[in-house]
Amino acid sequence: MTKLSKLIKTLVMLSAFLTFSILFIIIGYILMKGIPHIKPSLFALEYTTENVSLFPAIITTLIMTFLSLLISCPIGIFTGIFLIEYARKGNKLVETIRLTTETLSGIPSIVYGLFGLLFFVTSLGMGFSILSGALTLSIMILPLIIRATEEALLAVPNNLREASFALGAGKLRTIFKIVLPTAIPGIFSGIILAIGRIVGETAALVYTAGTVPQIPKNLFSSSRTLAIHMYSLSSEGLYTNEAYGTAVVLLLVVIGINGLSSLIAKKLRKGELNG
Amino acid sequence: MKRKFLDKFMEIIFFISACVSIISVILICYFMFANGIPGIKKIGVFNFLFGLDWSPSNIPPSFGIFPMIVGSIYVTFGAIIIGVPIGVLTAIYLAKFCSPRLYKYLKPAVNLMAGIPSIIYGFFGLVVLVPLIRNIFGGTGSSILTASILLGIMILPTIIGLSESAIRAVPNSYYEGAVALGATHEYSIVFAMLPAAKSGILSSIVLGIGRAIGETMAVIMVAGNQARMPNGILKGVRTLTANIVIEMGYAADLHREALIATGVVLFVFILIINGLFSILKRKVF
Repeated sequence: MTKLSKLIKTLVMLSAFLTFSILFIIIGYILMKGIPHIKPSLFALEYTTENVSLFPAIITTLIMTFLSLLISCPIGIFTGIFLIEYARKGNKLVETIRLTTETLSGIPSIVYGLFGLLFFVTSLGMGFSILSGALTLSIMILPLIIRATEEALLAVPNNLREASFALGAGKLRTIFKIVLPTAIPGIFSGIILAIGRIVGETAALVYTAGTVPQIPKNLFSSSRTLAIHMYSLSSEGLYTNEAYGTAVVLLLVVIGINGLSSLIAKKLRKGELNG
Repeated sequence: MKRKFLDKFMEIIFFISACVSIISVILICYFMFANGIPGIKKIGVFNFLFGLDWSPSNIPPSFGIFPMIVGSIYVTFGAIIIGVPIGVLTAIYLAKFCSPRLYKYLKPAVNLMAGIPSIIYGFFGLVVLVPLIRNIFGGTGSSILTASILLGIMILPTIIGLSESAIRAVPNSYYEGAVALGATHEYSIVFAMLPAAKSGILSSIVLGIGRAIGETMAVIMVAGNQARMPNGILKGVRTLTANIVIEMGYAADLHREALIATGVVLFVFILIINGLFSILKRKVF
């Protein structure tokens, strides 16, 4: 083994070690510092300045996630269907849709936040509200869902479609009864990734959904998600212990979401082998 | 007849859905530019882009974002210096060194790293990195260096993911050819396969630059946020993204327009980077 080979090997090993220990340290540190601060009072129904409960934030996060998916999933999945099942290859429109989806996925969340503030909050007059936040997030996660749908539909073998057509089924029926059910796990993994994005998002929500720490009364009231709650606590600097506790909850949610998505991915790979 | 109608109807629904992305991009561009450009005009393009002084509450106020442009470039550059070598080498490890058994655990770990919210990274930076830098190098600890390290960590999953698939896309014959000529495993990878994966790795770097320049919450928590020209890597900086989030809450009139204009400058940076990325990607696949 030459000297250079040895050096390369050392560098590669060192870098991999560094990458994975950083991840390990971040997770370990947050859990170790945070778990002792998880108390029942953190989950009280009401947020007060004496007890900065994260319960309202959890409720808001759930509503925000549900609402964003409700808007984004049909549009994203339908776009995927259009691109794969209907559009002709090399079509100018298809190229444009691809380009804009790519652009959307590259736009930073603060620009989404500004756009949401200018368009939904101000121009459409929705004010700081759950709805403004969810609409902004829906656009943000759209590319994730479109791409997942496209990949899942591409993975459906063509002979399934041909068999369905041969039996006399129409195009629409084939898509909804044969193609979509087969592609569901793939689409689902994209949706889970999107949930992760929504749960962790901060910059796009500060000036669209606002930071009111109460359970929202309706879609037009302002409220904060867990990530925003975390940001408010750590920037006020008064509630460090509670910030650690909130960080643990947020981290566990994200780890759970990731575990779920890799579980589905594993199932998918097995399914492909059998099929 | 009814079925044919439904078929056509749904096709139109699919088509309209597909147009939502296009409409969104048009709306985003329109609202950003329409609200930002008037501010830039009032302040003056040169004064806005190259003004060294950002003091919105002075009389008369001054809106120069040059310190923030430089700040964003500094921390992004720092993140690239830290993140790219570690990321590319880790990608080499995942693609060519690690055993399949270990890979089963490490790949999800990279995905998890990408999934951790930036607010958690920022909090970690605030409670661990800032005191660490303060103890080692002195100063306040909130600095270009701290922000660069944190952003370097945050772009790792982006760099690793794309570089790994670029390395895996290189035909194995490159490796076999090099080994047949007597090169070692390491030599063959670095001198035969890596050059072939060059444009894929380059596009991972461009995407990493985009992520680093657009990152907001984590940077706010560790960068110090002083709106003046940074002089030295241990001094605090304010990035374009931080400028928007910090002051948007209470800004009014021209101040508010100047902040939206800051967003426009950031947006233009990102559009240029996205353009570069799609050009590079087209070269790869």
